This record gives sequence, structure tokens and C-alpha cells, in this order.
Amino acid sequence: MQVYADNAATTAMSQVAIDAMLPYFNQNYGNPSSLHSVGQRAKEALEAARETVAQCLGCEPREILFTSGGSEADNQAIISAARYGARKGKKHIISTAFEHHAVLHTLNKLEKEGFEVTYLDVRNNHNVTAQQVKDAIRPDTCLVTTMYANNEIGSILPIEEIGAVCKEAGVPFHTDAVQAVGHLHINVKEQNIDMLSLSSHKFHGPKGVGALYVRKGFPLVNVIEGGAQERGKRAGTENIAGICGMAAAVKDACDHMDENMPRVAAMRDRLIAGLSQIPHSALNGDPVNRLPGNVSFCFEGIEGESLLLLLDANGVCASSGSACTSGSLDPSHVLLAIGRVHDVAHGSLRLSLSEYNTDEEIDHILKVVPEVVQYLRNMSPVWRDLQTGKRQYIL
Amino acid sequence: MALYSEKVMDHFMHPRNVGVIENADGVGEVGNAKCGDIMKIYLKIENDIIVDVKFETFGCGSAIASSSMATEMIKGKNIHEAMALTNKAVAEALDGLPAHKLHCSVLAEEAIKNALKDYYDRNNIPYDDKTFPDCEHCAHCE
Repeated sequence: MQVYADNAATTAMSQVAIDAMLPYFNQNYGNPSSLHSVGQRAKEALEAARETVAQCLGCEPREILFTSGGSEADNQAIISAARYGARKGKKHIISTAFEHHAVLHTLNKLEKEGFEVTYLDVRNNHNVTAQQVKDAIRPDTCLVTTMYANNEIGSILPIEEIGAVCKEAGVPFHTDAVQAVGHLHINVKEQNIDMLSLSSHKFHGPKGVGALYVRKGFPLVNVIEGGAQERGKRAGTENIAGICGMAAAVKDACDHMDENMPRVAAMRDRLIAGLSQIPHSALNGDPVNRLPGNVSFCFEGIEGESLLLLLDANGVCASSGSACTSGSLDPSHVLLAIGRVHDVAHGSLRLSLSEYNTDEEIDHILKVVPEVVQYLRNMSPVWRDLQTGKRQYIL
Repeated sequence: MALYSEKVMDHFMHPRNVGVIENADGVGEVGNAKCGDIMKIYLKIENDIIVDVKFETFGCGSAIASSSMATEMIKGKNIHEAMALTNKAVAEALDGLPAHKLHCSVLAEEAIKNALKDYYDRNNIPYDDKTFPDCEHCAHCE
């Protein structure tokens, strides 16, 4: 049995998404900028896709900008708000300590340019509150950017409340909703979201395509210069096949969200209940406001990469925030941000589910993970020291 | 996984000499939990020959494989041969390690040297301090 439990990394494409793409490779292969009929057919597909994506987010089609993915959308949203703010002498940004690197590294770049960034603490409940955002807003704040839901630990942020705080203060609000779109009900108008980033391959669409929702009238800055595509705000011939695949995937996800969400959440809860039985383990992330598919644990006394390799050998594809899997010496900044110490953060495991997973697969995971954890603990000098009292348990 | 050679995967999936030696003649431990890898080596030595060796490792796949390979390479050898084991030899015996994992083979060499130093200390055998590294790699993640 091979269980794919790494859907927060990427998902299998749905058949509807594949079918939606196929005509645009060698039949309707036109360039939407061309005046002839072949080009115009592609243009129609492009605009139909825009309308579909807009419907799923509760916005107008003209507020959707297609990009190469979530990272580009995050970059453009943040850079745009920063440039707009700077023109008015506002150079303060509010974010959180557990953002994705697409956001964090963009913010780091702006800090080098003289912007000041407040990273909200996420140790309390592994989440932030709207009050924290409110308290951090200053007269020179030009942007609040918080993720919608965390990719590693699954916490869902109080987006509507944060949106309300930002609206009241007149501060633009961007959310990196890469993990949320297609999985949670989103309405950008009701939630007072000014900009939202999404990525197609997180909801069974193709890779290499995403979108940025931008409230009408917000001044965007180009990240990619060139032709006049996307109303002049994002150059480059549109990835029509990808965009059509994404639109089909997001529609499918939104149409079936009410059936998928409880089913996936039930599998998640069974995993959390089962893995909590492993001694000296801890759940990462908000236990209540949590992505339907996210399970994240730290297991004391073992290291994440060896855990992943052994799980893979036993038919479970998962991920970890250990240093060895990140290629750096430090474990995941998300785990450190929620207050996990290095020793424990190295032993992290993330299982992320989708509606393609089955109850039998959950049974398999529940059998394999405790065995592998125990096997690794049995050869770990850290575990021995914990057991003999030479070292104090943290979890 | 293509990340590692078949040799590494073999020693990771089927590690040799895992465990503890009660009443070992030399014990060495290097690394720290903060860095994400700790290796502990136990030696049983008779007439300068390493008659048995066991290890415990907390760490990634290449750390476990490096410990396994290093213990295989010194088992049955005399202590001078064991002292001469280099991290390079361990990495080569594993058909190579990814660049960012080479420190795992360094850790294996250091763990063995550490265990031998412990053996020398216990038996009042004189040695040159310079022969033993001071686990320099641990410093950069403090």
C-alpha cells in the first residue's frame, strides 16, 4: 500500500482538471492576444476561467490576476502595497512569525530597503488574534499580510476578524490563502480581504499557475515587465491550459466542499486521536481552528528525516520540519515560532490529507507511524537518556 | 529515494551493530540534540583488538547509515587502525553522501575517536591530545 499523505506539498490532479486542460494544448492553442479566431477562442477560455475563479472567491472577474503560482502572487501583493505605502510615507508592515517563505523572504527584502516589519507572536494557541493585529497597527502601517491557514501546522487564522480590524483602520489586508482556497469557504468581500494569493496545485489543479485577487482600485506594481497581458499588470503569454485546469479544479473543489470537508476532517481527527496515544508526543497547531487535512506532531527523541525515510519504505509519503529535511541546520521556522525547542522540532511529522485518501489508508498510517517511531526511539541515545532520567522530557 | 546511494539506504534500512554494550571498555558520544544528531559508540576491546562495537544514533538517514558503516569498518580491527579511520573513508564506503550530509560521516569518525579516547583515559594509556578533534562542527549550530 502506498499512502500519499503530503497534500499540503502538492496534490494529484483531478480528472476534471486534466480534461479541462487537454483542448488547450493542440486544439485551442491560440495566444489570447491574437486577433484571429484561434487566438480569440483562447481569450474566451481565459475570461471564462477568470469568471469561475472569481465566483469561488466572491469577487468580480476583473479583480483576478493570473500568475505563475502562489509565490508570485505573494510577491506582487506585498511589493505593491509596500510601494503604495512608501509613496505616502508609510513603511510599516504587520505579518506573523509563521508565514510561508514566499511572504517572509519578500518582507526581509523590504526590511533591507528600510521597511519595518512587525511579526506577530504565534506561541499562544499556535495562532494569532485580531486583537494582536489591532494592537500592532500604527499610523504608518501600509499593509497587514497574514496567511489564511498555516501550511505546516494547519492553524486557520481569524481572517474575517482581521479583515474587519484592517478595514476599520484603513490598512490594506493581504492574505496568503494557498492552503485555504478549495478547502475552506472564502468570500473576500464579506471577509474584507483586499488581496489574496492562491495556488492551483494545492486543490488538485496543475502546478505552475495561481492567481492574485486584488480589490478593484488597489494600485498594483508589476513584478514581471513586458507585454500588456492581465490588464498590464502581469506580462507574459497566459498559461491557458494551466489556467483552465486551475479553474476547473477550483470549481470542483468549491462545488464539493461541503461533502469533502467533514469527510477529510473525520480522517484527520482519527489520525490525531491515534497518534496522540504515542507517549511524549505533541500536536502542533490550533486544535480547533484547523485545516481539515492537517495533522502535525512532534515526537520526542527522534529525528524527522529518518522518520520520513522509514515511513516511505513502509508506504507512507509525509513531510517533516526537521533541519535535515530543510537542508539547513535549523528546523522549521514555523515550529520554532510556536515555541517548540530545537531538540523537539527536529522530530516533527506532517501528514496532510485530501478527499482522495481513504479510511483504509488512515488505518495503515495508524499502524505504521507508532511502529517506526518506536523503532527509531530504540536506537536513539536521546531516548535512552530520557528514559533513564539523564535528560528531562520536554513533551 | 534518489537522495541517497543504495549503500546508504541499505545501512539505513538495515543498520549493523545497533545497540548498547554493557560494561563497554570505551564509550564516545558526539553531537547534540539541538543540531539534530547525536552518535554514541560503545567499544569492547581485548588485547588492543575491537572485539565488539555497538552504536546508538539520533539523527537523519545518513547519520544512521554513517554510524552503521563506521562500526563495520572498525570491528575486528586493532585500536590503531580504528584511530586511523577517516570521515572520508566512511563516506566513500557508503558510495558518497550528499554535500550537506558529509558532516554525518565526520560525526562517525569523531564518535569512534571519542570512544577510543575514553578507553585510553580509563586505562591510563598516554596519547597526544591533538589526535582528537574537539567536535568542531557542533559549534556552528550553537
